[in-house]
Amino acid sequence: MTFIGLAQIALVFVLALAAAVPLGRYMAALFSSDAAGDASLVRRIEGGLYRLAGVDPAREQGWLAYTLSMLVFSGFGFASLYVILRVQALLPWNPQGFDNLSPDLAFNTAISFLTNTNWQAYSGETTMSHFSQMVGLAVHNFLSAATGIALALAITRAFARSNVATLGNFWVDMVRTTLFLLLPLSFALAFAFVALGVPQTMVGFVDAATLEGAKQTLALGPMASQEAIKQLGTNGGGFFNANSTHPFENPGALSNALQIWAMLVVSTALPIAFGRMVGLPRQGYALLAAMGVLLIAAVLVVYGAEASGNPLLTQLGLDPSQGNMEGKEVRFGQAMSAMFVAVTTGLSCGAVNAMHDALTPLGGFVPMFLIQLGEVLPGGVGSGLYGMIVFAILAVFVAGLMVGRTPEFMGKKIEAREMKLVMLAVLILPLVILGFSAVSAMLPAALASLANAGPHGLSELLYAYSSAAGNNGSAFASLNANTPWFNVTTGISMALGRFGYVVPVMAMAGSLAGKTRAPASAGTFPTDGPLFIGLLVGVILILGGLQFFPALALGPIVEHVLMLAGKTF
Amino acid sequence: MSKKASAPHLFDGKIVAAASVDAFRKLDPRHLMHNPVIFVTEVVAALVTFLWARELMNGGGAPFFSGQIAIWLWFTVLFATFAEAVAEGRGKAQAASLRATRSDTHAKRYLDPTDPKGLYSGVNALDLRVGDVVLVEAGDIIPSDGEIIEGVASVNESAVTGESAPVIREAGGDRSAVTGGTTVLSDWLKVRVTAAPGSTFIDRMIALVEGAERQKTPNELALSILLAGMTLIFLIAVVTLWGLAGYSGTFVSVVVLVALLVTLIPTTIGGLLSAIGIAGMDRLIRFNVIATSGRSVEAAGDVDTLLLDKTGTITFGNRMATEFLSVADVAEEELAAAALSASLADETPEGRSIVALAKGEYGLADPDFGAQPTIVPFAAQTRISGVDAAGRSIRKGAIDSILRHVGVPLERTPPEFRRAVDGVASSGGTPLAVAENGRLLGVIHLKDVVKPGIKERFAALRAMGIRTVMVTGDNPVTAAAIASEAGVDDFLAEATPEDKLTYIRKEQTGGRLIAMCGDGTNDAPALAQADVGVSMQTGTQAAREAGNMVDLDSNPTKLIEIVEIGKQLLMTRGSLTTFSIANDVAKYFAILPALFIATYPQLGALNVMRLASPQSAILSAVIFNALIIVALIPLALKGVAYRPVGAAALLRRNLLVYGVGGLVLPFIGIKAIDLVVAALHLA
Repeated sequence: MTFIGLAQIALVFVLALAAAVPLGRYMAALFSSDAAGDASLVRRIEGGLYRLAGVDPAREQGWLAYTLSMLVFSGFGFASLYVILRVQALLPWNPQGFDNLSPDLAFNTAISFLTNTNWQAYSGETTMSHFSQMVGLAVHNFLSAATGIALALAITRAFARSNVATLGNFWVDMVRTTLFLLLPLSFALAFAFVALGVPQTMVGFVDAATLEGAKQTLALGPMASQEAIKQLGTNGGGFFNANSTHPFENPGALSNALQIWAMLVVSTALPIAFGRMVGLPRQGYALLAAMGVLLIAAVLVVYGAEASGNPLLTQLGLDPSQGNMEGKEVRFGQAMSAMFVAVTTGLSCGAVNAMHDALTPLGGFVPMFLIQLGEVLPGGVGSGLYGMIVFAILAVFVAGLMVGRTPEFMGKKIEAREMKLVMLAVLILPLVILGFSAVSAMLPAALASLANAGPHGLSELLYAYSSAAGNNGSAFASLNANTPWFNVTTGISMALGRFGYVVPVMAMAGSLAGKTRAPASAGTFPTDGPLFIGLLVGVILILGGLQFFPALALGPIVEHVLMLAGKTF
Repeated sequence: MSKKASAPHLFDGKIVAAASVDAFRKLDPRHLMHNPVIFVTEVVAALVTFLWARELMNGGGAPFFSGQIAIWLWFTVLFATFAEAVAEGRGKAQAASLRATRSDTHAKRYLDPTDPKGLYSGVNALDLRVGDVVLVEAGDIIPSDGEIIEGVASVNESAVTGESAPVIREAGGDRSAVTGGTTVLSDWLKVRVTAAPGSTFIDRMIALVEGAERQKTPNELALSILLAGMTLIFLIAVVTLWGLAGYSGTFVSVVVLVALLVTLIPTTIGGLLSAIGIAGMDRLIRFNVIATSGRSVEAAGDVDTLLLDKTGTITFGNRMATEFLSVADVAEEELAAAALSASLADETPEGRSIVALAKGEYGLADPDFGAQPTIVPFAAQTRISGVDAAGRSIRKGAIDSILRHVGVPLERTPPEFRRAVDGVASSGGTPLAVAENGRLLGVIHLKDVVKPGIKERFAALRAMGIRTVMVTGDNPVTAAAIASEAGVDDFLAEATPEDKLTYIRKEQTGGRLIAMCGDGTNDAPALAQADVGVSMQTGTQAAREAGNMVDLDSNPTKLIEIVEIGKQLLMTRGSLTTFSIANDVAKYFAILPALFIATYPQLGALNVMRLASPQSAILSAVIFNALIIVALIPLALKGVAYRPVGAAALLRRNLLVYGVGGLVLPFIGIKAIDLVVAALHLA
């Protein structure tokens, strides 16, 4: 670890936070229903759309109607994307003449983009037509991100309101998020990427002559626009299989820093917007602080593990001063690669600028663990916030009794019904991740996909299902995931990780919205101070992490101790 | 404060003996089903027992090891059932003595209550129905709960309250309710029965004390769901480990996986949860408060606002003389002496307080009036008392009465007299005037005296985030003065029962929980509306039905203790939950390296406790897991220490003790057990 490296990391974090504060305020104003007055332009633009779609924006929905709207919308998105992928050969903008996708791959990819996972079992540049990329995938990069934010807004309103049955209008939240948040930010960011050298063209290929005189075919396409929403919406699905390691997607140090910034900014702004919308700004910052503490710790562990390198290679005479550079891009360096690794997994983004498979065992343990914690640091856009709220409710419930009152979070009593729904939600991750990993570990058809033997192979399996269920989308890339078994099971994992989690959480929000918000007093559990932040961090680590500890012990942890003992796989 | 019934010793020999038997009876899976954590433990204990038997028969395996694991798993379950049995046992002794009063009571039931001849026939108390009218005479036990429709009598209620001083019960008014099982000492009563057999106050008390009708309270239910959910999560983690370990070429035996599961699921809090709830109710009973539902005990912990009656709770209830304010040319002692003389014949509490003040503060002795003094006793009509002796005519009384007596209008009185009168009135007190031979000497300050120490208690409540509201029939000026002296946060002056109800509704709309106490029939709607309504045992039947707690001592100050007991119950639950979950970290460090050490000896690096062998590590973790339940039974029964400080301070302290303590303690405990296990060659 170098001072310059640490300073780079600190700078990007500070810039992200500096942008998140005003953005959070803007979002709070945009999504508060009383903001209608000062946003008359907003009203006029969106009003036309509602009339066209026959939506009455003033009519609010209860939790069930809101959730069903979301599910129907997602179901329609899945069907249309599946069809596009299955018939892309017949559709325009296919200069390379790519074939249709197989049913299982189309199923997997459709769910993947729908759930904001962007798990890619294929290589984009050799599989997807421009039509599929732009009309199919890029659209869902916006919509899946907007869906996440809309859900988070509905859950926010459950705390902001008292004794009501409604949580807002799904269609209004979707329109506002897309039109007034994601699109403007993406435009600005796309231009910035173009300025930094990312291509944006409809040309399919260029042929170049290499120094040896051989002919090289370079894939091209509308990358800058895709890149912008890929990062902003914590999607992570790249134009190239190589994702942000590719020099076209991520040409240099500045574009790399901008990519990390873009991943962080919306998810960081959401807790701030949450605090303002519920009228307790400090509460928003407390949630953000808990996320920040863990994320910064994770960045430092990855950086430390990678910078100290692999003792096995050092013994072979490699210069240890560069650390473990395997799978990393020299133009990004150790520090900014480490930061990218931790941020993309803490965030449920899944874009990569280094090969996670080539990280040291400890360095690879961190991203996997961050995903298994439930993608809350600070998590995917929207999903990170409601995941964190679930953890906060657990923390309040476990420790809140210790102040001698029945647990309440921001004035809302947490009772049996809420607890039931919270537990239903938290059960999803271990069930899917550990369940599918264990089955795959015993299934010869699945084991054939592993590139490595021993504990590293197990890590690949665990990572795949963690990434899918956590809606992250990054991979220990040496796993050959494009097989019917993995396409179907990771597809199911992604769907359960998104919808299986959020439906009970929405039901809980519905129940909370109907409760009276009790005023805080000296006797209520203070949930906005350092003590609560520490408690929340502890609960995330113990309740979120302990369930995966035995599995991790057999994967990266044993790999790490074996590496120290001089053994590799 | 009023801790009456002495608590049986925590591990009273008789209770423990009975509980040890009960602990086995409670192993019935149908009973344990309600406690998912312990139920799972019992199922896997049976499984391991079966595996041990199979190993023993077939040979192979490690029967010595699995046998020990099986034993300790059964102990884990037994310790949990034992904790519950001990908690219940403490209530059972009390129930037995209550039951004695109920059996074989005879009742004199009127054949026709309206018949003036009053013919009655003897029936068994158990045959009485609601609406029957019975005669109870001196020496009779009142056969059932009822309302007096005729008569006045002194009643010994010690069977219910433990208080042997008799109380007066009479028809009409707020003292018309009688409780079955209490004894009439003098006179007679005509009582209309209001409770069906089996549901009288004593019957309900017995049921509550025994915990027979115990249902999970709302928070207990929510906590059970969390614990069940965690059990399920760890079940998934352990079952899938079997598959994952298989990939790594490690064979993990079922016994070891079971050991991992049982140490990870929250058995500590799971085993103690119902004991904590029973003990909380028990604490309340020992404060002579009967809660008709566990829900109300939890609600007591959540209370935000206490509605307290001024009289009897905040003040002593009688106005007392606190100072003498003399006019310019009169010495204070002269005024005091005159007031003393004028009040000697005043037997009202105010009069006696004047005497006490003059004798106490000013050290005056009984005055000598010489021969034949003429005493003017206090009369409600004149509102004056005094004495005529040796040419002196001393009077004291209400200002207007004295002024009329001396014939001076208020405007012509000395200015310092008027100032004193105004000063006393504006401070919420009552001024009395003293005159001698037609000359005004000064003013006596009568004041509603606030109980000593009550201000500090309110300050403590405020620190806990609880607002206190004083309810009084006084005018707003008097109420404000007393409110500021007692340090309450708000007051309701000139309050009618409807005002109370409106106030409670208003607070509840704002999301606050309200506790109040009351005894009159007109309090009943407010008692029913309040989240915690404590009715006085001396109150009317309507009030007792409306509230969800009955204070047998009829001491309204007890509301504060009730809140503290509620908070203590919740704190105990939370502390042990936190402790239980924090324990998991150390158990992982004990068991995980032991699980895989055969395949990956390098994982020994995780064995930070340096436990002797894999078997001893697993066994020690299981033993620790079982013993910690027993070790925490006293804490579960007594409750964690409660201090009236703010939530932030409480949280900091409890997190440190039970959170950090829960992280560290098992490392030490497991290591210690491992040393013993290794020394005894048990593994």
